[in-house]
Amino acid sequence: MYKLVYMKNLVILGAGTAGTMMANHLVSKLSKKEWNIHIVDQYKTHYYQPGFLFLPFDIYTEDQVKKVGEKFIPKGVHYIQQKIEKIDAENNLVSLENGPLAYDLLIIATGSKIAPAEVDGMLSDEWHKSVFDFYTYEGALALRNKLRDFKGGKLVVHITEMPIKCPVAPLEFAFLADSYFHKKGIRDKVDITYVTPLSGAFTKEFCSKSLGYLLEEKNIKLVTDFAIEQVDFENNKIIDYAETEVPYDLLVTVPTNMGDEVIERSGLGDDLNFVPTHPNTLQSLDHENIFVIGDATNVPASKAGSVAHFQAETLTDNILLYINNKPLKEEFDGHANCFIETGNNKALLIDFNYVQEPVTGNFPFAIIGPLKLLKESIFNHWGKLAFRWIYWNVLLKGIPIPFVSRNMSTAGKNINN
Amino acid sequence: MIKTIKQVEIQVNDEGYLTDFSQWTKEIGAEIAKEHDIEMTDQHWEVISWIQERVAANDPLSVRGIKKSGVIDIKQFYELFPGGPLKVSTKIAGVPKPKSCI
Repeated sequence: MYKLVYMKNLVILGAGTAGTMMANHLVSKLSKKEWNIHIVDQYKTHYYQPGFLFLPFDIYTEDQVKKVGEKFIPKGVHYIQQKIEKIDAENNLVSLENGPLAYDLLIIATGSKIAPAEVDGMLSDEWHKSVFDFYTYEGALALRNKLRDFKGGKLVVHITEMPIKCPVAPLEFAFLADSYFHKKGIRDKVDITYVTPLSGAFTKEFCSKSLGYLLEEKNIKLVTDFAIEQVDFENNKIIDYAETEVPYDLLVTVPTNMGDEVIERSGLGDDLNFVPTHPNTLQSLDHENIFVIGDATNVPASKAGSVAHFQAETLTDNILLYINNKPLKEEFDGHANCFIETGNNKALLIDFNYVQEPVTGNFPFAIIGPLKLLKESIFNHWGKLAFRWIYWNVLLKGIPIPFVSRNMSTAGKNINN
Repeated sequence: MIKTIKQVEIQVNDEGYLTDFSQWTKEIGAEIAKEHDIEMTDQHWEVISWIQERVAANDPLSVRGIKKSGVIDIKQFYELFPGGPLKVSTKIAGVPKPKSCI
C-alpha cells in the first residue's frame, strides 16, 4: 500500500505588517513536507506607515519609510506579486490576476485604507492642494511640500469617522504641527483646530480627562461630536449634519477607513469591508479555515502595528492548533501599545486592551520603567524613534519584543486611577 | 445606580443608560427623551425599534448604518435626535451606548 501525501496550501493575502509577520512566524513552524506557504500582494513597496506622521514635518525622509517588501519575506515562502481579484470562500479558492490559487488554510491580512470618496466634496480638484490626508505615502509627501511653503492661516485637523488606523495619529499630527510652526517662528500666524466625531480629543475616555491639558497648553481649539456631511471645497469649510461649519485654509483630514475592496467583491465584509472575526481566536466567524489579522478584522481593538504584532503570536499558535484538530485558544485580549508624540521631542506611552483603559504607571517593568505610561517624557520620544529600527529589524521578522508579552500585563499600572 | 421614572425604579449606569433592557417600556423611553427635550413621534419610535432590533441581533450600531436602515437618512437622524443622535437615541431605546471609541 502506498500512502499518498498531498501538499497543502496555506495562503496569506497581503504582505503588509501583519501578513509579513505571519509568513515569518509560520515558515519555521509548519512542516515543509506537508505545507506550501504563499503570500500574495500586488505592491512591491513595503511602507513603514507610522513614519507617515513624520514625513510632512521633514522629520523623516522618503527613504526612511519605504523598502522593497520582498526583502522581508523569508526563504521558503512563495511570494506572489499579483492583484487579488476575489476570494471564493465556498470553494477554498483565491482568484489572482493570472489565475486561481487553491488553499487549505487562508489568512486574510489585507489591511485597511482611506476612502475619501465616502464624504461629499472630499475627493475634489482640491485633493492634495488644500485638502490632504497623511495616511498614504502620496498624501504625506504632498502635505510636506505644502507645509514647507505655508505662511499661516487656519489649519484644521479632522477625523471623519471611527474606526481609523492608529487612532491617536491625528492628535499627534496636531501636536507636531504646533511644534513645527513654533520652530518656523510662525506659530502666531497659524490657528490650529482639532475636529473629531467623538465626544473628546482622545479616543479613550480616561485619556480625554487626564490629557485634555495638552490641547490647552498648545493652544489647539477643539470641536467635538462633529459628524461631517460634506467638504465645501469651493468655500473652504467643512459642514456637519447638525449644520456646524468649520472654516479652513488647510484641511488635514483622516478620511473614512475601510477594508480592501477585495473583501467587498468577495462578500466577506461588513459595512466598512472589515471581516467579521472572533475577537479572541482571530478565526473568521463564517469560515473555519479562514483566519484574519491586523487592520482587516472587525475586532474592537485599535488598528495598529503593535496590535497586529500581538495578534500574530496568538494566531500562529491557533493555526498550529487548527491544523492538529485541537480547540483554538481564546487568548487575544486586544492588547495595544502606542507611543503618542506630543511635540517638542516628548511623547506619551499607552498600553491597554479590550477592557483595560490606558492608565499611568511604569513600562515594561513595574518600578524601574524606564518608560512612563500616560505621561510625557523625552525617553518615550526616543522610544518612538527607536521603534522604526525595531519595526524593520525585529517586528516584521516575527521576533517577540523582549519583556513585552502578547497579553497586556497589569504590572506597573496604576489600575485604580 | 437606580433611577425612578414615573414611579418605576430602573437600573442605569452613571451616564444614564439602562443596564437591563427588560426594564424598558415605551413610557420610560419617552421620559428619557424629554430629558433631552425630545417629544417622541411615530418616526422617532420607528428609529428606536430599528435600533433595538439591531442590538438584539448583535449588529454594531453606527451613524453610517443609519443610511442603510431604510427608516431615515443621516440628516433626518440628526434632526430627530439633536446633539449626538446615536448617543441620545440609544439611551432612549434602553440599549448600551455604542462603543465606537477605539
